[in-house]
Amino acid sequence: MATVSLKKLTKRYGNIEIVHGIDLDITDREFIALVGPSGCGKSTTLRMIAGLEEISAGSIEIGGRVVNDLPPRSRNISMVFQSYALYPHMTVRENLGFSLKIAGAAKDDMDRRVAEASAILGLDTLLDRRPSQLSGGQRQRVAMGRAIVRDPDVFLFDEPLSNLDAKLRTQMRTEIKKLHAKVQSTVIYVTHDQVEAMTLADRIVIMRDGHIEQVGTPDEVFRRPATRFVAGFIGSPPMNLHEATVDDGQLVFASGAKLPLPGQFKPNVAVGDKVVFGLRPDDIYPTGHGISSGGAADVHQIELPITVTEPLGNETLVFVEFNGSDWVSRMLNPRPLKSGERMTMSLDLSQAHLFAVDTGKTLRS
Amino acid sequence: MKGGVVKMNENSSARLKRRLLGIVYRIGLFLAMLTICLPGLWIVLSSLRPTVEIMAKPPVWIPQEISFDAYVAMFSGIGKGGIPVIEYFRNSLIISVTSTVIAVAIGMAGGYAFARYRFRGKSSVFLGLMLTRTVPGIALSLPLFFLYVRLGIIDTHFGLILAYVALNVPFTIWLIDGFFRQVPKDLAEAAQIDGCTRWQAFWQVEFPLAGPGIASAAIFAFLTCWNEFALASQLTRSVSAKTLPVGLLDYTAEFTIDWRGMCALAVVMIIPALTLTFIVQKHLVGGLTSGAVKG
Repeated sequence: MATVSLKKLTKRYGNIEIVHGIDLDITDREFIALVGPSGCGKSTTLRMIAGLEEISAGSIEIGGRVVNDLPPRSRNISMVFQSYALYPHMTVRENLGFSLKIAGAAKDDMDRRVAEASAILGLDTLLDRRPSQLSGGQRQRVAMGRAIVRDPDVFLFDEPLSNLDAKLRTQMRTEIKKLHAKVQSTVIYVTHDQVEAMTLADRIVIMRDGHIEQVGTPDEVFRRPATRFVAGFIGSPPMNLHEATVDDGQLVFASGAKLPLPGQFKPNVAVGDKVVFGLRPDDIYPTGHGISSGGAADVHQIELPITVTEPLGNETLVFVEFNGSDWVSRMLNPRPLKSGERMTMSLDLSQAHLFAVDTGKTLRS
Repeated sequence: MKGGVVKMNENSSARLKRRLLGIVYRIGLFLAMLTICLPGLWIVLSSLRPTVEIMAKPPVWIPQEISFDAYVAMFSGIGKGGIPVIEYFRNSLIISVTSTVIAVAIGMAGGYAFARYRFRGKSSVFLGLMLTRTVPGIALSLPLFFLYVRLGIIDTHFGLILAYVALNVPFTIWLIDGFFRQVPKDLAEAAQIDGCTRWQAFWQVEFPLAGPGIASAAIFAFLTCWNEFALASQLTRSVSAKTLPVGLLDYTAEFTIDWRGMCALAVVMIIPALTLTFIVQKHLVGGLTSGAVKG
């Protein structure tokens, strides 16, 4: 059993509070991603769980045991660092076996476990090399191997892929996912890359300024973002977000442009309310070129001029002008387009989001 | 066609220029090395030739006769032109090694603290340590002499070791601090997660990586002690505490200076220092930390 539970976890440096009393319960064998922009406190939170940072208030439980003041070695965790942190004066084999050596494991037990880990990660041929003789991807694998060998309750990953190039990153992402399926440990994974978080995690914790904005499955945070920040952070290209005022059954934007008030929000807003209207690129599309074309309940059609197009092969990102700014839309089965061309766009308002301007919270009930 | 010829000429003249530059560079290097090595060479030569030749004007470059008399005399005991060189050597060794070990140990602790911890007044303390280096040692010799006389540690190994530790500690702290800074902090943290205590993480990971730096600090500290004359000449008196540099003075009498004997003793002094530097030199390879972190 390796649940992890954070209760009112707080970190202060002097008078500056970095993490503001966060609560989080992580179940056994769960893959949790902490995601957020840099400086949001995600790495600090991870380092507090690891025991590398003292906690200022609150508590951390691993497997039901309070570990607040335990040193890292007594927490039965492993960590993969952004910099890999391989010991440069040791071979790959010594790096992998270091924790066992420190623990005083028997030689044959050590050899067996190092062999197991290196087999899982395909490091067999590299065991006698030093870290300086390895490529970035290989170093990354050694760092993961060193974590596996310990057979920990919890794996901690601190932006492990951010030093790799794009191709290798995608490859290692798959490997991490396979690894989790194999070792079945609890994983806490810190990243600033929402794609990594979405693809890897069972649940995503989105953090901002030392607060948790939302905790949910990738599907939940994508489809039902709790705040304006989450809506803008998750998804690529990002959601179109524009301020508007509620009028009689309508949303009036700053330029005077209008859209019908999405039906699902009608009970929750009053005339005169200031709101932020959000619509994902997937839910705006040239009519006949969308995902939900057909059965969608609340499609609004409007003719808009195209400003820029970004063809991606299987789809084209079409930027259309509305309310004086560019809204990005996704065109499936694309055909060549010219900028300046006017097109009838379908806006699937059943998928729209409304957030309160002041609190940023969703107005969905 | 013409263009091709021009191009070939350009290439060959560039090649010629590069070769010429190479030759000039080597000559320059030779002259520089000669300037550095000549005094040493002159000492070795002078230890092997008679005083007449040493004092000759114009200087005799090629020695006419070579003899090891000075070396033989040095070890032949009092009264036969000898000096207690074995005792001086022992004193030098004891004092240099002990004070180096202490200075490096303190330097490691201090350097590590400055590199890794944040504490109040850190930069002032560091600046203070560095400022002590601005005071010339000789300026302290007289107050130190009075103090040592009062404490009864004049003319002892302990007294000199104490002075040398004080002399070397700021320097070793400064040097070792720099080397610990180069060892990524992540490594010690990774070691702690791998099951090490802070102490183990230091000895298993950070110390081996800063090793070459610590070794170079040790060499510098050792050579400082080994070659130091000004303080030693004030604080030691007898055979039981005098070091080799002070021993050189044994060759000066009221009216004469035995240059040959002095040079021979200088050679005896240089050899261990040179040997030590050669032995440790190969451990001073940098770049050991490459590959620890990204890149």
